[in-house]
Amino acid sequence: MTTSTQPQTLFDKIWRGHVVAQEPDSPAVLYVDLHLIHEVTSPQAFAGLRERGLPVRRPDKTVATVDHSIPTHDRSLPIADPQCARQIAQLEANCRDFGIPLYAADSPHQGVVHVIGPELGLTQPGMTIVCGDSHTATHGAFGALAFGVGTSEVEHVLATQCLLQHKPKTCEVRVEGRLRPGVGPKDVILALIAQIGVGGGTGHVFEYTGPAIRGLSMEGRMTVCNMSIEAGARAGMIAADDVTFEYLAGRPFAPTATAWEEATARWRKLPTDPGAAYDKTVTLDAAVLEPMITYGTNPGMVAAITDRVPTPDAVRDPVQRRALEKALAYMALTPGAALLGQPVDVVFIGSCTNGRLSDLRQAASLLRGRKVHKRVRVLVVPGSQQVKEEAEAEGLDVVFREAGCEWREPGCSMCIAMNGDQLQPGQYAVSTSNRNFEGRQGPGGRTFLASPLTAAASAVAGAIADPRAMMA
Amino acid sequence: MQAFTTLTARIVALPNENVDTDQIIPARFLKATDKVGMGDNLFADWRYDREGRPRPDFVLNTPEARGAAILLAGDNFGCGSSREHAAWALLGYGFRAVISTSFADIFRNNALKNGLLPVVVDADTHWQLFSVVGEEPAAEVTIDLAAQTLRLPDGRAVRFPIDAFACQCWLAGVDELGYLLARAPQIEAYEQRAGDMVRTK
Repeated sequence: MTTSTQPQTLFDKIWRGHVVAQEPDSPAVLYVDLHLIHEVTSPQAFAGLRERGLPVRRPDKTVATVDHSIPTHDRSLPIADPQCARQIAQLEANCRDFGIPLYAADSPHQGVVHVIGPELGLTQPGMTIVCGDSHTATHGAFGALAFGVGTSEVEHVLATQCLLQHKPKTCEVRVEGRLRPGVGPKDVILALIAQIGVGGGTGHVFEYTGPAIRGLSMEGRMTVCNMSIEAGARAGMIAADDVTFEYLAGRPFAPTATAWEEATARWRKLPTDPGAAYDKTVTLDAAVLEPMITYGTNPGMVAAITDRVPTPDAVRDPVQRRALEKALAYMALTPGAALLGQPVDVVFIGSCTNGRLSDLRQAASLLRGRKVHKRVRVLVVPGSQQVKEEAEAEGLDVVFREAGCEWREPGCSMCIAMNGDQLQPGQYAVSTSNRNFEGRQGPGGRTFLASPLTAAASAVAGAIADPRAMMA
Repeated sequence: MQAFTTLTARIVALPNENVDTDQIIPARFLKATDKVGMGDNLFADWRYDREGRPRPDFVLNTPEARGAAILLAGDNFGCGSSREHAAWALLGYGFRAVISTSFADIFRNNALKNGLLPVVVDADTHWQLFSVVGEEPAAEVTIDLAAQTLRLPDGRAVRFPIDAFACQCWLAGVDELGYLLARAPQIEAYEQRAGDMVRTK
């Protein structure tokens, strides 16, 4: 029997505070404070509600936007793909019929669901947050428990505001040291996945701790938490601190006045108690990290940018060797070749991983006064209308356009390639998104995942390039 | 959901590790607003060439695969995206169970909610199954859900773990939403006690 005097982790505190009911040999009934929905994983859930004649229990704890299949060209143009148009119209109808607030294509708050939740102040410490999207872990950067669910679970939450969940295990990911110039949060999470593999976090919730994490901005923390799922962890969390509170203060849905004082007092009690135990701990040294880039077809196939394409012959395990051979054949990369200098056709800067203002600032810092290579198409896709507006207010759109980039409307865009923004078969992209799976950015497309700095440097060079060589 | 008691069927072997849900069903097939026809696009980019012709070297296009209802896959099956379309596509194609050494968390949840049984076996059994299918593609195995056993062609029965709650739902053909809806009084009480963290309107 645990008591409140035993030291608890951040995860334990939030979990315990949200269990509505728990029967023996059954999963917990877990309450959801915020449910985010989008056009792709929700239609069948609403159809389920209609079949059963059920209402949405708490439309006031639900919020919707369009991001996955929305075009990123001029919004005044019609949506060319009739299936995308139908899916977006269906979401609009569902939100209207069930009374759910929707940030539609023409809203000043439209954007990628994991970008708008935080920027509206909807995402707050101590909350449980779910969405029919595996990158929901992003919101864990605020000290919330946030995870992706399937469409059946979307229906469960719409109908009951609850989910049936088995309690996951906890894993502390301790990031020691201080990042060197040119190395950022994207490199941290890619290095973690390199270390533990794409299944290393299965069954666990990560809590990122240590000085390198404390030193990150909220946007950097979101980048790290965002890709927890790429290591197999459903959620990644970072305890809230003054950086978190400073980010949240004054946002549209953040508490104000005395409610703010009460909330911050409550939030300050959430961090993991000294002496609390995790089920396991992984440690990473930030001080030795270099810019990272993937070479294969999952995010665990990743190396320092100065490394070479690995050689399958050097891999002893036959299953791993075959996987590497298959990946290199798909990528058409030569074992032993340097990663630096691999030619690139497209650069994508955006997504829920790296589509925020600080990401755009990083990319622009290298593109200012430079031109992208004539072979390369560069898409810059802000994560939300608000990011777009803020970037334009400081002239970043001009920097990108003058360098030869496309400055587009917000959405998931080429991260998932559902909206027409996609690679042609055989093309290589350096992408700031989160998945380099076969065909992820378009059938036959080949993806190198990297940071916004590396993406910008590679855009200029027309090939994989080390951003440190271009930094003043 | 269809009740599931026992299943005797042939196996299709896909030895790749870390099969992600983008391979199970590519994103361009997620534009649907229903679940119809997902099976036609299962493993679309491995199964068909750019012109839509079946690739003869892909396992689902081999004559032995016809009628098989169990997929034998490499470790960490179903990683990546949360798309439940992956479970719908496997079921739509005709699979009732997937055997692997491990499954990604969200995929496993999605499978369990749709009547697709994720069967976790140890590495030795996993290896043995691959060699059985390699030598005798017509061999059948039997999955007995109540007994939580997988019976191999040599007669050996291997126990597999399954979430007790999901197992009860399966055997009875009951869905989890019904269970949650029946908890309305407790949910109401929780809302009274805990208040609202945030309101979206």
